[in-house]
Amino acid sequence: MSGKAVVITSGKGGVGKTTTTANLGAALALQGCSVVLLDADIGLRNLDVVMGLENRIVYDLINVIDGTVEFRKALIKDKRVDGLYLLPAAQTKDKDAVSPEQMKKLIEDIKTEFDYVLIDCPAGIEQGFLNAIIGADEAVVVVTPEVSSVRDADRVVGLLDKKGEIPMDNISMLVNRIRMDMVRKKEMLDVSDIEELLQIRVLGVIPDDESVIVSTNKGEPVVLNGKNHLAQAYRDAAGRMLGQDIPFNERNHSFVGTVLRFFGLAE
Amino acid sequence: MFDFRKIFGLDIGSKKAAKERLRLVLIHDRTTISQEKLENMKRDLIEVISRYIDIDVSDLEFRMEAQDEKVALVANIPITENNEVIKGA
Repeated sequence: MSGKAVVITSGKGGVGKTTTTANLGAALALQGCSVVLLDADIGLRNLDVVMGLENRIVYDLINVIDGTVEFRKALIKDKRVDGLYLLPAAQTKDKDAVSPEQMKKLIEDIKTEFDYVLIDCPAGIEQGFLNAIIGADEAVVVVTPEVSSVRDADRVVGLLDKKGEIPMDNISMLVNRIRMDMVRKKEMLDVSDIEELLQIRVLGVIPDDESVIVSTNKGEPVVLNGKNHLAQAYRDAAGRMLGQDIPFNERNHSFVGTVLRFFGLAE
Repeated sequence: MFDFRKIFGLDIGSKKAAKERLRLVLIHDRTTISQEKLENMKRDLIEVISRYIDIDVSDLEFRMEAQDEKVALVANIPITENNEVIKGA
């Protein structure tokens, strides 16, 4: 079997790449896929803490790359959901400890045994970024409705095409931390504005919500324990990755919603 | 809830500014070429123009510039005074 490798990237730091990787991966596993989350942010690993698996790390990406262990041995199985595994980044080495060829080979190997490899890309567009995109078949660009994030996302889309040989059709975006209250006041870019500017397909729209901070504090991705709208937004995005036709939630634009909000009965 | 400035259209919100600024900056970013390419192009242009007229290389301007919806290559190439072109020969 040959799975798909999807890089989660953004250019700009702090927009939610790691949280997105954790939740999309968990949502795909809940749908029955086998998934490896690969933390490509060498030297600044964080996917382990977001997943709550930091105490179970024995081997890391560098141990696999330098041949100390096979990749299967370095995988940490998530006990909360079947089919979900983490391959942690090394914390001690720097980003140059890995070459693009080595990453490509590793991802090819993992793909023969798993449905999905989600690669958590480091911020920036230097060597670490190139290593993270080289083995990917598809890309999800995480973007927040801010000028700096949209600009960097556009730059990254260009590089994914040029340096990563990922065609435009295989690039989608996840709009993160949108605040409908601000959108309504026309004080924030809406999804359609970002779509028009970047000209790429929308995979998901994630509202700004403090439960992300709570879940990161605990090391539990919201998808795994949440019935809230945030978990649903991630599940919808994962479903679209699998080719399901899932409509975008228009609740926030409906007249009924407006009336309910007016009386404080909905958010 | 009732924001009269918005109801009467006196305040259009910062979104419009964000979108407009982004639109221009993206046009510029997308056509920006590497410094190396720009330098090579500059060198080749100087070489070609110098075959026909004497130019003042020290005062040469050469850059990409966003103008409204488009990006232009702006070159300002001063001609040295001691020149056949100027003398009309």
